[in-house]
Amino acid sequence: MPPSRGPSGDPPGAKVRTISHQRRDVESIGDAVEEEMRLAGHPAAACFAVRLAWEEAASNAIHHGNRDRPDGRIEVATAIDGARVYLRVTDEGQGFDPAGVIDPTLDENLECASGRGLLLMRAYMTRIEFEPPGNTVRMVYEADAGRA
Amino acid sequence: MTAQQSRLRVRKQDQITVVEFVDRNILDEANIAQIGEEIGALVNDDPSPKLLISFANVDHLSSAALGALITINSRIKAKDGQLRLADINSQIIEVFRITRLDRLFQIHPGTREALASFS
Repeated sequence: MPPSRGPSGDPPGAKVRTISHQRRDVESIGDAVEEEMRLAGHPAAACFAVRLAWEEAASNAIHHGNRDRPDGRIEVATAIDGARVYLRVTDEGQGFDPAGVIDPTLDENLECASGRGLLLMRAYMTRIEFEPPGNTVRMVYEADAGRA
Repeated sequence: MTAQQSRLRVRKQDQITVVEFVDRNILDEANIAQIGEEIGALVNDDPSPKLLISFANVDHLSSAALGALITINSRIKAKDGQLRLADINSQIIEVFRITRLDRLFQIHPGTREALASFS
């Protein structure tokens, strides 16, 4: 996690936004993060990694957290510099135990049609942590951490 | 009522149905559901489906898109059909490797190799 945090647990200067479940809202956050990453000098592979992690986190928040409620809202915090990208996603749900999610890479689970979002978030981000009760996920991508 | 715009480009080559995506980003779950329905209809209409899905135009895809592909694969297998994937860029092929779905799907570098692989 970033070395210092504000009262919300986000790094100082993080942009905090609340969005709806509308696709245009999810896309606008993804576009804004990608654009800010490019301006900060992150390569295309890093933008791909963070975009994918954001899409998966947003999808989890909408479907599993907020259970597709039309009036559901997601709080998103972002902080981006040349070395690090921070993303926090908080939904309005009861949370979940990430340890209880099946491993979709096991042979017996390969043909399960769901359950890969968390795997991809973990694979593409440098650090990821869920805060109890599990309705907040904080993710960090570090440029020099040997990923993407 | 206006007809829903297709999210696929479909052509027949010999007995093989070749599918390409209209969208560069396969992230929107409404679009993914539509893609699943459209490809599902192609599978349903063919007693022994041979399907090649080209990702030539695709820059991004999500786990929901992978789920749709798995469902399509199961439906094709249930009809003793064959599915091949091709033209997947290096970033997306990594997604298949991370999820180990490169073991589930027959993936070929290009359309030509994929077409030649059908029995």
